[in-house]
Amino acid sequence: MILGRVKGEVVSTIKHPVYANRRVLLLDRIGADGRELGGYLVAIDAVDAGVGQTVLVIDEGNSARQVIDDPQAPVRSVIIGIVDEITVDPAAVRT
Amino acid sequence: MLLGQVIGTVVSSVYCEGLQGVPFLLVQPLDRTGQPKGQPVVAADSTRMAGPGELVTYEGGREAALALDPWFVPVDHTIVTIVDQVSRAGWRNP
Repeated sequence: MILGRVKGEVVSTIKHPVYANRRVLLLDRIGADGRELGGYLVAIDAVDAGVGQTVLVIDEGNSARQVIDDPQAPVRSVIIGIVDEITVDPAAVRT
Repeated sequence: MLLGQVIGTVVSSVYCEGLQGVPFLLVQPLDRTGQPKGQPVVAADSTRMAGPGELVTYEGGREAALALDPWFVPVDHTIVTIVDQVSRAGWRNP
């Protein structure tokens, strides 16, 4: 799992059926200290996350399909948690 | 998924089994603000409706093939949605 910060939403009309009635959010990847790493992901939201929140994200197909409950869904990135707090030794964070 | 812009089409007359009728499009990957980043990739189009100029999201890796029918096909990038709108501070359409 990786950490991200929700930055916005992606809206589509024409899409693969597995994305029907699912919210798709745009999130930036962040490090353990909350710093943005420059990368981003477009992920399905399984927990009703909102813009600005720090979230826990799966970026792996098998677990994503388990959350979606469809063994053949073409899905890899799913937001599966909203993070309240991260505690980390700043000295242990490589910058 | 990542965001990309369709910049062209690819037509192939000799291809592996399972790829018959699958549209292939050239997709320029975008960064988090909507600007081009990296080299274009050739992606299958599971929506079968995307065209040059359109903003799309695409899936890479094993999941790319799962978007197609039949799904056991040699494909590593597939367009899964055509994007109407991205709402994000600092976003500029490509």
